[in-house]
Amino acid sequence: MTLTNFIRFTFKSFIMFKIQLFLLLAFSMIVVILGCDKIMPNAPEDFEVLDGPIEGLTQEELNRFGKGDEAFGEVFTSENGLGPIFVANQCASCHAGDGKGTPFVQFTRFGQSDSTGNQFLNFGGPQLQHKALPGYSPEVLPGGAPSTMLIAPAVSGLGYLDAVEDAFLIALSDPNDANGDGISGRPHYNNVPSYVIFRPNSIESNGKYICRFGKKGAAYDLLHQTSGAYNQDMGITSLFEPIDPYTGLEVDPEVSIETINNVVFYLKTLKAPIQRDVNDPDVIAGKNLFNQIDCAKCHTPTLQTGYSPISVLSYQEFSPYTDLLLHDMGPELDDGYTEGFALTSEWKTPALWGLGLSKDSQGGVYYLMHDGRALSIEQAIELHGGEASNSRSLYNQLSPTEKLQLLRFLESL
Amino acid sequence: MFSYSTLKISISIFFLSLSSVNYAQKDTLITRAPADTSFYKLNMDAVYNRPFLNIKKVPVAFGGYLEANSIYSTTDGVTEGLSFQARRLTLFMSASITKRISFLSEFEYEDGTKEIGIEFAAMDISFHPLLNLRGGIVMNPIGGFNQNHDGPKWEFIERPDEAVEMLPATWSNVGFGLFGKAYKGNWIFGYEAYLTNGFDDSVIDNDHNKTFMPASKENKSRFEESNNGIPLLSGKIALKNRKIGEIGLSYMGGVYNTFREEGLIVDDKRRLDVLAVDFNTTLPKIGTYIVGEASYTMIDVPGTYTQQYGNKQWGMFIDIVQPILRRKILDWNDASLNLAARLDYLDWNVGVFNESNTNIGEDRLSITPAISFRPSKQTVLRLNYRYSWDTDILMNPKVRTATWLFGFSTYF
Repeated sequence: MTLTNFIRFTFKSFIMFKIQLFLLLAFSMIVVILGCDKIMPNAPEDFEVLDGPIEGLTQEELNRFGKGDEAFGEVFTSENGLGPIFVANQCASCHAGDGKGTPFVQFTRFGQSDSTGNQFLNFGGPQLQHKALPGYSPEVLPGGAPSTMLIAPAVSGLGYLDAVEDAFLIALSDPNDANGDGISGRPHYNNVPSYVIFRPNSIESNGKYICRFGKKGAAYDLLHQTSGAYNQDMGITSLFEPIDPYTGLEVDPEVSIETINNVVFYLKTLKAPIQRDVNDPDVIAGKNLFNQIDCAKCHTPTLQTGYSPISVLSYQEFSPYTDLLLHDMGPELDDGYTEGFALTSEWKTPALWGLGLSKDSQGGVYYLMHDGRALSIEQAIELHGGEASNSRSLYNQLSPTEKLQLLRFLESL
Repeated sequence: MFSYSTLKISISIFFLSLSSVNYAQKDTLITRAPADTSFYKLNMDAVYNRPFLNIKKVPVAFGGYLEANSIYSTTDGVTEGLSFQARRLTLFMSASITKRISFLSEFEYEDGTKEIGIEFAAMDISFHPLLNLRGGIVMNPIGGFNQNHDGPKWEFIERPDEAVEMLPATWSNVGFGLFGKAYKGNWIFGYEAYLTNGFDDSVIDNDHNKTFMPASKENKSRFEESNNGIPLLSGKIALKNRKIGEIGLSYMGGVYNTFREEGLIVDDKRRLDVLAVDFNTTLPKIGTYIVGEASYTMIDVPGTYTQQYGNKQWGMFIDIVQPILRRKILDWNDASLNLAARLDYLDWNVGVFNESNTNIGEDRLSITPAISFRPSKQTVLRLNYRYSWDTDILMNPKVRTATWLFGFSTYF
């Protein structure tokens, strides 16, 4: 080997070594970058997410929670009963991460404008199934039908709301505005299906019972709400709701009672949203402002459960920021459609807990109010009319700093 | 007619014959024909480009591979612990029937006996290097991985997302077609074109909750009859230069849905079209091997159906493998140690929501650094770490999954 060749060989070997060393280092860097605490991703903190069971469930209850969680995520296809007309193909489509829905899974209710009931049941009411399996045509809104668009609510903490006794809600109500504050919340007494199991100490009035779930508060309990959702949202029949929305005929059950009961149990035992930044001075100031401008008169901060067969839900104080009552929200939110015996302008006070986490189930943006029309909390406040007009006016009189403090508080929920 | 009992009997006979082969091996009746590694091979030759065992005077050659691994995975802090997986046991058998007529088959057990299937079973008749007829159960030539997927050839335990979670690799169907190759200097050209049975409604009606072509693999009756009577066309052209590498362009398309039942038209004809490009090269001097594939899919999804099932998809993967040591280790003369990395990206639902005009998510990004040790070219021990970020359809916070995998894959 000549000297030149030797030098060339040595140089090439050196270059090769450097390249291989570089690749080795690059590889090591990737491992290091992903390393430390990120090498196996940690679970998010409980207060960062809406899903997860209530603390203190027994192993047996956790097992059932898991089964319900699985059923909540079950994807329906033509093979297992979807449709053929439907709104969504799984519970989790409308309640991603157990949070609120989005315009993608917005749905339309139609056919009723007063307490005489739904006049369009023979035309596909009360819900428009606007999607269809291939080869089928979806429903279209019948001409002249009163209607409203809705997005699904978050489902966390529902077990607490379900366990509040009727008497507690009646105590919160003021149907005739006896105290003259302009707010006249009333419980929604509605007809209930035969399959519901009345909660302890249910209060009846002329054959009707206090209902509390759904945007109009027309569903009695989580079984009523869940069976209806399987049927009207996914076209899935059950022994509870055996009528197929497509044919209008009673058909064999497509989901078992056990599965529905597991989903109901799951919904009852989802933990309540956990407030963040409780000690932040702005959040504390915002909370005071929330009370000062009378938001808390409808968005009642604290409720109390009665007895529940699920022991961790019994006799608990919790903070949903709702009174579960109907309130007249004025023409701003009057879509001309209603359910049960609510007025078209009346809506059940939605719970505000979990508000700050809504974006994590809505693709990083807010879709607030019953149909997602408000894209920010400020817009949502501005849409409050009727009984909430006074609070809206007071909000508009706040200084910019105070408004920010109020928003900080609402986002901490 | 294909049936599982027939398959099981065939495989049992095959194993019995292998046991006698093992005995015979001591009498040197058996010889190993290594894979042909000449540069004239393309991805399309992968079905034949494997090590086979030849038995003296028997016109049939056998082969196969086995892969198994351990896996430990955590998704956002939740883990199911450690598992062991018998990913697949694949057996192949080839025969030269007579001059210009050959036969090759590939049976596969996946996840133990959870899935048993014939991946390939075709007869080839050669008229000319550029004109060969192939019929039977053929591998649709879409992308490179579907053609060249044997575990021992890869440094990664998981198959590429783009190939198995968007494209349905390994995807094979009953049908007929032509293939051929031509050479000139450093250049080699090849083509394949087949008409086969194809997809079905499960592409957009499945519990994966997304447009998912691999769902059609569950329809075993596709080996018996087409679901709509319209053949799936798949074809590929590939070009290779010895000094540069190979590139392939492929297409697969046809009507996927059952649009008629008992002679009645019950739905519109809906098409599915896939375009793919694949390449592989080895960098001179440093020996870095790079292989990749990208594909784009258009699926006719009814406008009245849910947008959960997207009408456009795309995905890609790229593997970079760097040998860092190649020498005799213990008694292995040609052992090598490699570092490797894979980048996977998949978007199952390209587009925007009709309702909000915002971007639809449903995508996954993952990277996989790997270390592999090859005592010989036929056997690989692999340590992989995979980190992936899954975005749901609404673009909510990503779900993070980290997975450690250790295992082997070996031809036998």
